[in-house]
Amino acid sequence: MTPAGRSGTRGFDLVVVGGGIHGSSAALFASLRGLSVAVLEKDTVARHASGTNAGGVRRLGRHHAEIPISQRSMQIWYGIADLLDDDCGFQIAPQIKVAETDAELAGLSQRAGELQAMGYDHEIILDRAGLRRHLPAISDHAVGGLASLKDGFAQPYKTTFAIQRKAMEKGARFYEHCQAGRIHRSDGVWQVETADGVFAAPRLLNAAGAWAGAIAGALGEAAPVEAIAPMMLVTNRVPHFCDAVVGAAGRPLSFKQMPNGTVVIGGGRRGRADRHANRSEILFNELQLTAETAMSLFPVMRSASIVRSWSGVEGRMPDDIPVIGPSARHEGLYHAFGFSAHGFQMGPGVGELMAELIATGATQAPITPFSIARFAV
Amino acid sequence: MSARSVDLLVIGAGPAGIAAATEAAGLGLSVSVMDEQSRPGGQIYRGIETASPKRLAVLGKDYAAGRSLTESFRSSAAEYLPDTLVWNIGSDRSVDFSRGGRAQQMNPSAILVATGALERPMPIPGWTLPGVTTAGALQILLKSSGIVRDNCVLAGAGPLLWLVATQMIAAGARPAAIVENLPRGRIVAGLRHLPGALRAREYLFKGLAMIARVKAAGVPVYANATGLAIEGSTQAEAITFSSGGRQHRIETDAIALHQGVVPNQQITRLVGAEHRWDAAQACFHPVLDARFRTSADSIYVAGDGAAINGARPAALQGRLAALLIAEDQGRRVGTERIRRLQAGIARDKSVRPMLETIYAPAPEILAPADSTLICRCEEVTAGEIRSVVDLGAPGPNQIKSMLRAGMGPCQGRVCGLAVAQIIADRKGETPEETGYYRIRPPIKPITLAELAAYAPDEDAPRAASGDAAA
Repeated sequence: MTPAGRSGTRGFDLVVVGGGIHGSSAALFASLRGLSVAVLEKDTVARHASGTNAGGVRRLGRHHAEIPISQRSMQIWYGIADLLDDDCGFQIAPQIKVAETDAELAGLSQRAGELQAMGYDHEIILDRAGLRRHLPAISDHAVGGLASLKDGFAQPYKTTFAIQRKAMEKGARFYEHCQAGRIHRSDGVWQVETADGVFAAPRLLNAAGAWAGAIAGALGEAAPVEAIAPMMLVTNRVPHFCDAVVGAAGRPLSFKQMPNGTVVIGGGRRGRADRHANRSEILFNELQLTAETAMSLFPVMRSASIVRSWSGVEGRMPDDIPVIGPSARHEGLYHAFGFSAHGFQMGPGVGELMAELIATGATQAPITPFSIARFAV
Repeated sequence: MSARSVDLLVIGAGPAGIAAATEAAGLGLSVSVMDEQSRPGGQIYRGIETASPKRLAVLGKDYAAGRSLTESFRSSAAEYLPDTLVWNIGSDRSVDFSRGGRAQQMNPSAILVATGALERPMPIPGWTLPGVTTAGALQILLKSSGIVRDNCVLAGAGPLLWLVATQMIAAGARPAAIVENLPRGRIVAGLRHLPGALRAREYLFKGLAMIARVKAAGVPVYANATGLAIEGSTQAEAITFSSGGRQHRIETDAIALHQGVVPNQQITRLVGAEHRWDAAQACFHPVLDARFRTSADSIYVAGDGAAINGARPAALQGRLAALLIAEDQGRRVGTERIRRLQAGIARDKSVRPMLETIYAPAPEILAPADSTLICRCEEVTAGEIRSVVDLGAPGPNQIKSMLRAGMGPCQGRVCGLAVAQIIADRKGETPEETGYYRIRPPIKPITLAELAAYAPDEDAPRAASGDAAA
């Protein structure tokens, strides 16, 4: 690591563009493998999707291709307090997808069967009574559900901030308010130009979230990243009635009661995302159905008041699964972005596998479905 | 149901808001005024329409002067929407509001924010105990229901502290004491601005008369007090401080704190307007041009929400802003009128440098002890904020994520300035560099049921829905 003046060049083993949970986590695991790492963040760590998501630590309902990485990540989550010396607000809790009709329940049962056949047993079917054992406040009309009982939730900013601090303790350097400009490669070394000087490394990880498509594109790799702004509502404190994180099979919803009694409601409805202005905006007319869904599943919510909302800018891929893996075009370039509003739980697992891939040139993790090559034109 | 359009929406029915609405309606603009209260007047003229002659006498002639403002407003063509909560303003200037338990939308061509001032938080040990209130809250009780508190200690500083004391005396409830926490030398420093202030000398005479009346009534006044703290376990029992080289302890179960007022930033922050830190007054101001325009398109601010000047200049500013808004919307407006209003505002403002020098917030309020609560909604102390800054958290939004400071029912209105200042001091930067909470809607709570019934634009296509968020 050679510090230099504003116009000089700093050299590292790895430069990560993007200080979200994936970039920070890759920086941590790469540092643990002995690599010198610089993380370049144009705003502040966890400013966007990593600090502003709903905090669900969810394996339930994932795309089949994501399950192995999600499973590995879950193991890291179970030990997150020891890994990071910070509890991250992580709590194990059931994640439940509620079926409101018999047809929805049949669909969930079919999925549970498919997963069993693949060798996964974390998703189980709850019948009418089983659903009510976990969700006593659920509306009468709900017929059952699909559950992953040992999933959970955490505090998004607290988690990513803790990952950053541990990575720094292990030697990684974080440069905030430091936007990656022109990127090029000479003599096998990536050069990332910034207003703060040039950052050089033989390996480069693009973990720039909603902004990653532009970086990949500038390097000649198509990656159609859409900027989206998932929205969350927070209610006043209400008496404890729910221990699980709840979704619905037939309507977009993510619902959980926090330990302090407030209820966080999100799921699917999107606000206005402005990548260029670095901001997102809540659109309340889009939230009408979210409010309706929450009340229809939990009649107790009728009298709750919304006291806050938030949203953040997130990157979404057309097929709703991320890009994870080496560049299909350049040596020494890697990608981890486009988590399409469900990347938080995968953060530690993806960081670990990216560090393995970058440090050793290979990983056992099945990442082929996530190759950027699927968007090649 | 489709949202209504108006030329001008005024938010707030205090002196700036109602003067602006009256003026704008007179110029032929379609005007709506939304306000949380049931009657016009704002906090300064609260209860003015219903005050008895006796209450008017207690509250004084400056208060009574508000009646002509509300009368003109009532007889103007401006639409008045009382008991109305504005809870969101979109980047397209659409305004979401609630009235009678029903969420609705309005699309004004221009918005005048006239939401006035808030009392500055005065975090001292024990400030959140029951029995402790603010001088402003005490005065609102007096204005709206004639209620006074006996044996009350007024502590802090600012013109309002003396005004409330004289009003309490007139109402027959003499305060137990005034504990003024200004550092020594403030009066001398303020006198430097006396020549300028003499342009609006009636303010100075009024101030001196208030102080004389309080002293004549035999109220003990402790000057240059430091180390203010409130004792009590479940309720305020006493206030302690040093003054005149001695330690004092006054037993009381009623304490009203005051450390001046600051612009209410909730709406100007919500719309993303630019703000600037005023180091002398230790508060943020929205950045305005000479036509009361913020950096957000067609959103204006008049009155104490722009900068603290008081009720009379607020009304003049409201009138002037209305004229300029009309002009911005293509109406012809007399330049002589504009010039006269500008001169009136400048005259009233001439007293401010002196008042602001004398009554700048006491240093100990700006640097609370580690154990003092800062965010009372979520019970976060100054020490907790400092320790998270030491971990590397860069600003108020990260403090909010880590500690929940500013996440409670008040949405950071009470703690925001104190949090920004504590972080800035710890990092050795200015609050302007540190920044402020991102203010997210709803800025006033709405029920889930109300949101579920909300359909401002039935015909608009909805965005496609995706997977549940992580």
